[in-house]
Amino acid sequence: MLLLLLLLLLLIKSSLGFKTFGFGFFFSSAWDPLHDVFGALPFIYGTIMSSLIALLIALPLGLSCSIYLAEISHSKFKEHIATMIDLLAAIPSVVYGLWGIFVLAPALGGPSLLTGGVILSIMLLPTITAISREVIQAVPHNLRESALALGATKWETFKLAVFGPALSGIVGAVILGLGRALGETMAVTMVIGNRPAISPSLFAPAYTLASVIANEFAEATSEVNLSVLVELGLILLVITVIVNGIARILVWKTTGHKK
Amino acid sequence: MENNWTQEVRKRKLIEKIFLGTVLSGTLIAIVPLVLVLGYVFIKGFSALDFNFFTQLPAPVGEPGGGMGNAIVGTFIIVGLSCLVGLPIGIFGGIWLALYGQGKRGFFIRYAADVLSSIPSIVIGIFAYVLLVATLKHFSALAGGFALGVIMIPTVTRTTEELVKMVPRTLYEAGLALGIPEWKVILKIVFRTAWAGIFTGIMLSVARIMGETAPLLFTAFNSMYWNFRIDEPMASMTVQIYNYAISPFADWNAKAWAGSLTLVMIVLGITIVVRKFSRRVSYG
Amino acid sequence: MLKKLSVLLLGLSLFASIACANMLNGAGATFPYPIYVKWNKMFADKTGIKVNYQGIGSGGGVQQFSAGVTDFGGSDAPMTDKEIAKAGGNVLHVPTVMGAVVVIYNLPGNPKVKLDGETLADIFQGKIKNWQQVDRSLPDLEIKVCHRSDGSGTTSIFTGYLAKVSLDWASNVGAGKAVAWPTGIGGKGNSGVAGSVKNIKGAIGYVELSYAMTNDLPMASLKNKAGVYVKASLDSTSAAASGALDSKAMKKLVEAGDFRLDLNNAPGKDSYPIVGMTWLLVHKTQNNSAKGQDLVAYLKWALTDGQKYAADLLYAPLPKNIAAKVLEQVDTIKI
Repeated sequence: MLLLLLLLLLLIKSSLGFKTFGFGFFFSSAWDPLHDVFGALPFIYGTIMSSLIALLIALPLGLSCSIYLAEISHSKFKEHIATMIDLLAAIPSVVYGLWGIFVLAPALGGPSLLTGGVILSIMLLPTITAISREVIQAVPHNLRESALALGATKWETFKLAVFGPALSGIVGAVILGLGRALGETMAVTMVIGNRPAISPSLFAPAYTLASVIANEFAEATSEVNLSVLVELGLILLVITVIVNGIARILVWKTTGHKK
Repeated sequence: MENNWTQEVRKRKLIEKIFLGTVLSGTLIAIVPLVLVLGYVFIKGFSALDFNFFTQLPAPVGEPGGGMGNAIVGTFIIVGLSCLVGLPIGIFGGIWLALYGQGKRGFFIRYAADVLSSIPSIVIGIFAYVLLVATLKHFSALAGGFALGVIMIPTVTRTTEELVKMVPRTLYEAGLALGIPEWKVILKIVFRTAWAGIFTGIMLSVARIMGETAPLLFTAFNSMYWNFRIDEPMASMTVQIYNYAISPFADWNAKAWAGSLTLVMIVLGITIVVRKFSRRVSYG
Repeated sequence: MLKKLSVLLLGLSLFASIACANMLNGAGATFPYPIYVKWNKMFADKTGIKVNYQGIGSGGGVQQFSAGVTDFGGSDAPMTDKEIAKAGGNVLHVPTVMGAVVVIYNLPGNPKVKLDGETLADIFQGKIKNWQQVDRSLPDLEIKVCHRSDGSGTTSIFTGYLAKVSLDWASNVGAGKAVAWPTGIGGKGNSGVAGSVKNIKGAIGYVELSYAMTNDLPMASLKNKAGVYVKASLDSTSAAASGALDSKAMKKLVEAGDFRLDLNNAPGKDSYPIVGMTWLLVHKTQNNSAKGQDLVAYLKWALTDGQKYAADLLYAPLPKNIAAKVLEQVDTIKI
């Protein structure tokens, strides 16, 4: 019920923007509140690019962590590492943003798409690690044991017996991380530079869907502007829901239960 | 022959070493940001913390002193309100799903909860603004609490469902067989049994929404005063940290670190305690 | 447990609703935010009336005031007649203080920077990309433009000035609370821009004077209408105001009770060129009489006793004759 109400309200509120700009809205990179001309492209670009950068960094690290935790380490130390990485997930977004402004951004040459991507990657680590670990652990033990019994090394065991069955689940974990990255607002807003333009450089400032809403929603200067922002919210919603849907299906397939 | 064989072993050993090395270094690199973030928060935050920080109102620009007292209280009030919104719906929804949710309707509701949980929190903020701020013509703590409450619903529903399902169905049926009314069975037997676990889930989701900023920006807004009225704008730690973080004033930046430290301590505190607690519940 | 908690919370909020007096809520311009915070504290100490003001940008100030979400708005860009009509008419612009918008920068060694209007317009259009193109003596560093990401009265004053001095800017970008910036990094609020400039090497940005002074950010001298390079200060702001208000057209507006006065690029050799007024937006007819009374009391206090605090925070107080005219208008507010 609540969900339907939510969708309905968003649809109504965004209809003006949709009527004014139609489908061209998705492909236009204009953003000129003074003349009420708006386009969504730079935000869609910024959102997707920052999330991809985040994945590119978080995937190898997260995967390493999950392999280490699930396959290699048997020490007591391991649970501490798992806890620490889980704790990363509990730190509020705004705290990452604060750290990003004063520590990360100066180190990376100011607010930019890259800075936004890096801060996101840190926030994704726990999601990717936790779910990949679970997926890897869900791979039947007899597969692993047969490989080890044949004298395979840990790498060979992983390559031959674990990686294959776990692959679709790991992909699921990655996409789930992507879903989280797409909707992340505060930390990104604080370090990405908030500039509605598409630039080929990673060091140039950019903008994301969630950030533009956070910055401009309370102060949209006209009806059309406000409606356009709601429309951006709707686009964001649709993208994340689809991405999450795909991820869930992949994770269920491997672990056999809902996460 | 002999030579080839040792070469092969050497190669395999090398690959194994590379593999282990990569995995280990990846793990270590992954831990670095945590140490850095928490390290900065603790060092910078601690040096800016004093007693006044917890008890006083924010001071005007350029005047020394002042604190975040109202924002700390505000966060707790807003989270309290969101519990009022999120818990009843989430808990009843979860119980319903566990006991009667096998059919099509159950599938639909479960699916709706999944969709709701994947909606970015900022979009929920827009929803709360349109529903409660634009119509009531007032920024209010209530709207903020509502937004956070909506965010809680799917997590609470899911946890409740899973834990109620773990309660043996025989218990439920035995209760019914004794002629106890169904609602009483659910409340006194099923819910009681699952309560410890559900409570864990609730606390984890409370810890999560406590750190939310985006949905509060244009719902609960912010306030410079002590405010206990839920129909008025209310300060919260996260929004205050955000405002202070992006400001150019050194004193405010310091307060942002102090606020972060306070918030992180509360959130991590809840998370760690609850994890310990839950482990005892599930394993022992 | 749950039940107890909810009963407790409900009780608490109910009790609190009765115990607390009404609060006036306003939001908008960040340009005068420091002085409003100061005023609100002084006023609350004196009268017990709590005025809550949040700096969300002038664009937001106008929007939330028009939507009826706040009791009053704050803006340093006047509402257009169209905006007033959309807000249901009946809007009074109450000027409170005047201030300068300064150009701040972040360069190693803090060298002095002098700019004229055209150069400034070219920098903010991305046509001048390196500090060496501004002046050979400056470091070889890429210019990083910082501007507002939110609807802003400071932007309106700044772009209004650029549009006055550069035809190019007027036709390509224009003036307003939010414009399509040809280049640069967006920051939220005066705070956000000052914060960005402070953290980014080679940055240039524009903020209200007090934001630059309290942070020790270096400010560029700007060439005024008389051709003199002037630094922003309280005196050069006041000089600009009196220069601008001296014209016949301005006097006519003031006489008619319209205080939407443009102080940019004022004549006079001591005048700093980028100066603006900031307004509180209030309804001429107040629906809630208790709140209306509090609001009028607050406005009157701000226009009289409050003016004394302006100079400390580097705002120029309103000229006496204007303040008197404004008070007349405030008296016409129907409670």
